[in-house]
This record gives sequence, C-alpha cells and structure tokens, in this order.
Amino acid sequence: MKVGVPKEISSSEKRVGATPKTIRRLIKQGFKVSVEKDAGTLANYTDQSYVEAGATIAADASELYKGSDIILKVQAVKESEIDLMKKDQVMLSYLQPAQNMDLLKKLADKGVNAIAMDAIPRISRAQKMDVLSSMANIAGYRSVVEAANHYGRFLNGQITAAGKVNPAKVLVIGAGVAGLAAIGTARSLGAIVMAFDTRMEVAEQIESMGASFLTVDIEEDGSTASGYSKVMSEAFIKAEMELFSEQAKDVDIVITTAQIPGRPAPKLWMDYHVAAMKAGSVIVDLAASSGGNCTQTKNGEVYTTDNGVTILGKLDQLPAQASQLFGNNLCHLLDDMGKAEHFKIDMEDDVVKRAMVTYNGKVNWPPEPLPVSPQKKSVDPEPELHSAPAESKKEKSIWASLINLAMIGLGLHLLAYVAPPEFMGHFTVFVLSVFIGWQVIWNVSHSLHTPLMAVTNAISGIIIIGGLLQTQDNLSDPMTVLAFVAILVASINIVGGFFVTHRMLKMFRK
Amino acid sequence: MISSQIQLASYLFASILFILSLGGLSSQESAKKGVLYGIVGMIIAILSTVLGEGIHGHIYIIVAIVIASLIGVAVARKVEMTSMPQLVAILHSFVGLAAVLVGFGSYLDPHTQELSGTLRNIHLVEVFIGVFIGGLTFTGSIVAWGKLDGKIRSKPLIYPGRHAVNIILVMSCVVLCYLFIGMEGTNGIGYLYVMTAISFFIGVMLVMAIGGADMPVVVSMLNSYSGWAAAAAGFMLGNDLLIVTGALVGSSGAILSIIMCEAMNRSFWSVIFGGFGETPKGKQAEVTGDVQAVDHEEVSDLLKEAKSVVIVPGYGMAVAKAQYPVYDMVDRLKKEGKTVRFGIHPVAGRLPGHMNVLLAEANVPYDIVLEMEEINDDLSETDVVLVIGANDIVNPGAETDPNSPIYGMPVIQVWNAETVIVMKRSMATGYAGVQNPLFFKDNTRMLYGDAKDSVTKINGFL
Repeated sequence: MKVGVPKEISSSEKRVGATPKTIRRLIKQGFKVSVEKDAGTLANYTDQSYVEAGATIAADASELYKGSDIILKVQAVKESEIDLMKKDQVMLSYLQPAQNMDLLKKLADKGVNAIAMDAIPRISRAQKMDVLSSMANIAGYRSVVEAANHYGRFLNGQITAAGKVNPAKVLVIGAGVAGLAAIGTARSLGAIVMAFDTRMEVAEQIESMGASFLTVDIEEDGSTASGYSKVMSEAFIKAEMELFSEQAKDVDIVITTAQIPGRPAPKLWMDYHVAAMKAGSVIVDLAASSGGNCTQTKNGEVYTTDNGVTILGKLDQLPAQASQLFGNNLCHLLDDMGKAEHFKIDMEDDVVKRAMVTYNGKVNWPPEPLPVSPQKKSVDPEPELHSAPAESKKEKSIWASLINLAMIGLGLHLLAYVAPPEFMGHFTVFVLSVFIGWQVIWNVSHSLHTPLMAVTNAISGIIIIGGLLQTQDNLSDPMTVLAFVAILVASINIVGGFFVTHRMLKMFRK
Repeated sequence: MISSQIQLASYLFASILFILSLGGLSSQESAKKGVLYGIVGMIIAILSTVLGEGIHGHIYIIVAIVIASLIGVAVARKVEMTSMPQLVAILHSFVGLAAVLVGFGSYLDPHTQELSGTLRNIHLVEVFIGVFIGGLTFTGSIVAWGKLDGKIRSKPLIYPGRHAVNIILVMSCVVLCYLFIGMEGTNGIGYLYVMTAISFFIGVMLVMAIGGADMPVVVSMLNSYSGWAAAAAGFMLGNDLLIVTGALVGSSGAILSIIMCEAMNRSFWSVIFGGFGETPKGKQAEVTGDVQAVDHEEVSDLLKEAKSVVIVPGYGMAVAKAQYPVYDMVDRLKKEGKTVRFGIHPVAGRLPGHMNVLLAEANVPYDIVLEMEEINDDLSETDVVLVIGANDIVNPGAETDPNSPIYGMPVIQVWNAETVIVMKRSMATGYAGVQNPLFFKDNTRMLYGDAKDSVTKINGFL
C-alpha cells in the first residue's frame, strides 16, 4: 500500500498531512510513503527530513496522485486535484461534508473513497483520531497568546515599585476542547478567567482548569448525545445576553469558541456588547470561519473598532505542531483500519461508516445518528421494582433480631439460675472477650491474615498456664507427666508462633 | 512468691497486651509492635504464674520450656513460606493436644476431688467439653497438615450417611458426659477415654471430608477451635486470662473463616459438611471461540508498550516458585516508569493472606499489593494484566453464568483491562473444575509453560 502526501494548494494553509515523525509510524505500520516536493516547507519540514524518515519525494502532484493508494491531506481537495485522482483511491482530509455536498458528489462520481476527518464521531474509541479536538486544542492555546499580543498590558497581576498592576480578566465563551485549552493557557499566564457554557456538565471541567463558571438563573441543559450543545430557548438566550452585557463592561479579553457542526456559528457577542467594552480590549473569535460568534468579526482579518476594541478573525495555525497532531490522528485511523497488510474499509465499523462520506461511487452523508452516549442512559427502573419486597424483608429482619435477642436474654437468665456466681463471672469475661475479639479482628488488614494466624497460634499457647498450674514435684505422678507434655507442646507454639510471625513481618517492606 | 492480687493484675495486663497485639495487625507499620506486645504479654503471663503460689516442679517446667523453645525456634527458622499452612495446622494440633492433657490433668487434680454439688458438676462438664474440643482440634489439625503437605490425598472422603454417624457420635458423647458426672472420685476416667477417642475420630472425619480448595476455610476454622479449646481450659481452671485469650483467638479464626467463605461465595456450613456447594441446576454455558497463544517476546512487547500493569497471582505462581523472577520483572518495569501493581484475591494461596506473605518474601513492597476490591475499579484503565497460575479467581463465568458452580463468587475482573495475558501450564481447569471463558475472550492471550520459566524468558526480552 502506498501513501501519498501532496502539497496543500490553498495559499492560507500552512499545514501538511504528514510529518517525518508520523511517516516513521506509517512505515512501521507497513506503508510505503511518498511526499510531494516542498509539501512541508511552510510547516518547517524539509524534503531532506522526509527522506531521512524513509519517504520518497514525488516531483509534482500528478506523479504523486498517480502512484498512491491513500492520500493524506489537510484541506478539502479542489477541482484541479480531483482531476488528478483515480478510482478507488482513499482520501483522508477535512471535507466539511455538511456544506460541501457538491464536492462530495464529484468525489463519488470519480470513485474516490473519501474519509472526512471532521466527521469522525465523538466516541471515546475515536478520540485519538479526532482532528477537531486536536486542532481545537491548538486554536485555544493560540487564541490566548495572540490576544495577549494585541492587549497592551500584562495578563498577570503584579505589585512593583512603580505601582500595582491588576490582572487581566478573560471571558471564555464555550468550554469545548478549544475553550478549555484557552482557559488553561490564560490561567497559566496569570489572568482571572471566567467561562460560560450552556452545558451544565462542563462546569466541573471549567472549575478544574481554574476558571469560574458563569451561569444564568434558568435551568436548561444544552447537552446532547453527540457531545455538542443544542440551540437554547429564547428565555435562556435573553438571560445569557444580559449576563454578557454585564461582563462586557468588565472584561479585557473575550474568546468565543461556540460552534455547532453543519450550521453557521451562533451570534453571542452583539454590537452593543462590543460597544460596551473598554478601549484596548481584545476579542478573539475562533468561530470566524463559520460566520463568527461576534457580530463584528471579519473572517481572516484583524482590525480595531471605533471604540478601540481589537477583533481577531484569524489565527496563526502553528503549522509544525498542528501538522504533527493532525498526522498522528491520520496514523491512528489507518492503524485502526488494519495497517498496510490488512487494510480494509469496514462499513460495519462505527467510526469508518460515519466518516466515509463517499464510498463505491455513492455519497454516504448524512450518517445515521450516534447511539445515545452510555453515561446518559435513563435510570434503570429495576431497583424500584424490588424495593417493596426489600423493605418488608428489612422489617422482618428487625423482628427476627428482636426475637433472637429475647432468646439470648432468656438463655442467659436460665444459665444464671443454675450456675454458681463464680461461673457467671468467668462467663461474663468470656462473652465480652468474644465481642472485643470480633471488633479487633475485623480491623486486621487482609494482607496480614497469615501473620494473624501465626500470632493467634502463639498466643493460644497461653494454655501453657494449665500445665504450669498442674505440674507436681513428683515425676511418678501422672499429672506431672501430662503437665510436662502440655507445657512442652504449648511452648513450641508460643516460641514457634512468635518467631515465625516476626520472620514474616520482617519481609514486608514498603 | 507474688501475691494472688499481683498475679491477677499481671493477668489483666497480659490480656490487654494480647488485645493490643492483635489490634496492631491492622497495618503493616504497627504489626511489628503488635508482635512485641504479644511476646511481652506472654512473658508476663508465664512469669506471674510460675512465681505465684502453689507451683511445684519448677525443674520440670524449665526443662520442658527449654526443650520446646529449641524445637520452636528450629522449626520457625527453617520453614519455607510456601509451607506456612502446614506449620499453622500443626501448631493448632499442639494447642488441641495441650487442651486434652490439661483436661485430663484437671480431672486428676486433687482439688477437683474436694469439690461437691453443682460446682463439681459444672467443673466436670467443663473438663468434658474442653477435652472434646481439644481432641477434635488435635486430630483435625493433623489431618489438615497431612492434606496440605500432600501426605494425605486432598480429595474429599465422603461416605453415605456420614451426617447421621456424626450426629450419633455427638449424642453418645452427651450420654457419656452424663455418666461421667455420676461417677465418684476419678472413677469416670474410662468414660473420658472413650469420649476422647470419639472426639479424635470426629476430628479426623470432619477434615477428611473437605476438599483441597476449601483448605483455607478449614485451617481458619481449626484456628478458631484451638481458641475455644484454650477458653474451655480457662473455664476448667477458673483462669480469666485463658478465657480472654481463647475467646480472642476463637473469634479471630471464626472471622477468617467467614471472610474465606464470602470470598468463595459458599455458606460456612456447606464447607464444613463437605462437597462443593449445590450441584448447578442447568447446563453450564458452552464456551466457544478460539484461544490465542502468544510467545514470550510478544508478551514482553506488550509489557513495553503498557503504561499500567497489574499482576494477578494464584497459588500456581508459588508452586512454580515464580515470585522471584516476577519481582525481577516488576523491578524492570518500574524502572521504565510504568505503574505495576498486584491484585490479590482473598482465597489466592492456601491460607488467608498467604499470597501477601509469599510476595513479601520475594521482596515485593506491600504498598503495590492491593486487594480485590481495591484493584477491580482500576482494571478498566489498565493496559496489561498478567494472570500467573490463577484460574477460578479470574473466571468471568462467576458473574455471568448462573449455571456455573462458582456463580456469585466475587472475582477479579481482569477482562476489563485492554489485554490479559494468562500464564498457564495447560488448558486444565482449576480447583472447582470449571471451564474458564476468560481464555476465549478477544483481549486474552495465553502463554503456556512453567510460570518461573516463562517469566524468566520474558525478563530476557525486557
């Protein structure tokens, strides 16, 4: 199986589908890899480094496409590239299938089996192949770094000889992968971070990253089975807008990350929010490419509004890092599909059948919905069915234990009636000792049960006292013989038991 | 000579020390101190008795203790940790024997002859019960020792009508007791002899009827009996120290038996009365599928890639003496920064806690040795589980197949890990004779061969 890595033709795309590191992995999986000349230049990977990793270099795109069974790309292919492709070629890249129906049809007509990396379902098994997560992580990090660059102040609070500096306040809207990464980065730069999300379940994650969770007073959970959030009710949105208005006056940096797959990004930061912000504040809109969360965002541009707010509609991609992670995602998917030797498109597989947007000349979109995520299973009704009998059982057991106690009490009184007081004294000691023993022994660690048996062996040698009391002066007395043997065996117990316990405990070490 | 008040105070002090001694075993840190308390308590008890009033024949006492100490130290030094169950069993038999002897001694004691009326009757009943418990502890423990040591075959000896025979024997002891009390002076000794013989016989038959897998329960039970025997001797002699100590030991053994039974999902009575539980009602679920065998190098590769490894040892590991190379492996893996832990099932080994001792002997630090409940939750995040010489305790059928004889027994859920490697000599079944569906699971790999050999070979690749 031959894997080909073409150069991205879009001028704004600096990433590449494979790095020398991921190529080593692919070769280990059994693939042969060729890379188009200069494919990695923009991401700082030289052709030389690809050759060192074991790849061959293809002089141009047509040569590369001709000789490859599998194509690893970042951006969706353009018309000119489709012309170079051939039937049954497998292609892995971003495709935005929801917005690109025409492109899918063209790929299907050509007989290309295309896998949309942005359609990998969000299930735990597929996390390692999820390019949206890995890229969002980078975007989240970068959003804070670029915001700090445009924000003309420190992010952390300081007390210097020249005066006190207040820490910057950062508001992160949407706590997905990008949002959480932004929170973590902003926190580590020393800013005060607040975060908003419609999904209640992320509150804990937000707080664990060190931000405070902002919420509105309306109980509505935006979580869905797919892991993305849903569109909220009108009342909720109104409350949300009021909350943002309040925050707008106060915060220095706003980072918005709210995106709903297959739809334009929701408008969350309105004109009046921007107007309310202080001069010098920064807005980073990570949803710029799908329309932007902020009404004033211009996709692909950075500009400053009339009231001095800088709005970032584009981010640097950190191409070297991003290519590495993206390439890893692709490797994981190919690994899952059987590596080179057993490479197979398994349309029964949960991941493949959803991401394989064109297959055997047909468009395979939209995919069937994901099964409900397992943690969200409705409560099992079974316990309730059983609760009634369990309760009556409990009641019964209370009665049973009362009756038992009564019997024991009666038995003890009968015993006291026939037994002399001396016996009752000993009996009291006996019963109390059993109870003490019961309490003490349950606390013994399981791992020390063998030493426990050896110690009880030793201390049950206390029966030696019987022998000691019975020994007589005269060896011809049978009592002396009996006592002698009793002392002998009991002492073996005492000495042997303690000694072996000591030996065992000495072996236990941390 | 010390006064009887001082003696009583010393006994009380010794009792407290014994309780502290057992309490000390609640953790490894305090355990050594616990043993020290026990030794001090014992010395105080013996000294205050010997120095008390009415003690004769000091020379015999000293000779007996000296001889016994030499024997005790010699045995305790030499014993191998795999043979601990045998040592424990034989020490139980000594307590039983001592209880019988003290019982006879107490009957022959001239002080007994001076008693009359209810006091005498009660005393004689105490003697009778003490000798009975002592007798059956004595022979039962000897048989248990023989079975553990392989001198007696471990298959249960079950004959029809044995419950009826046992009941008749116990009833006849009650009758003998009645006759025994009725005899003047020491004339009842004949009845005492007959009863002793019967109790010896019951002890033998009781343990003969129990199979090899249930030995941990039996040893714990005999541990309990040896305590009750000591307590009965305490009643005979009117000695509270003996009663307290006997009661402590008795309840300790009882608790261990309960823990063992719970770990095997067996009722205490079904163990005592023999047989492996009830026969299952339906047919066991058929086990289908292929086993996937691996070689040593593949196992070492799996281990190298793993971040977190759990080792589940069974008695097979101890038999093969594989714990030393296993520790070597653990050491190598830990040096590479991997998390390595052990998961111990309560019935792994032949005594409660036996596996912990065997691992401790091989230098495994106890803080990486976890109990079943502690490890089960973590297994889903474990990359590789190594099952070494264990079978029934990792059988998923215990949770899923209601027709399995071991259904309901708590097991270590190794199959939740990403990969399970089972080291086994062959595809034979475990003690319970149950096929193990674990071997046929997709994420299970089998490595055949002697455990020690295999682990040493794997170490070669690491």
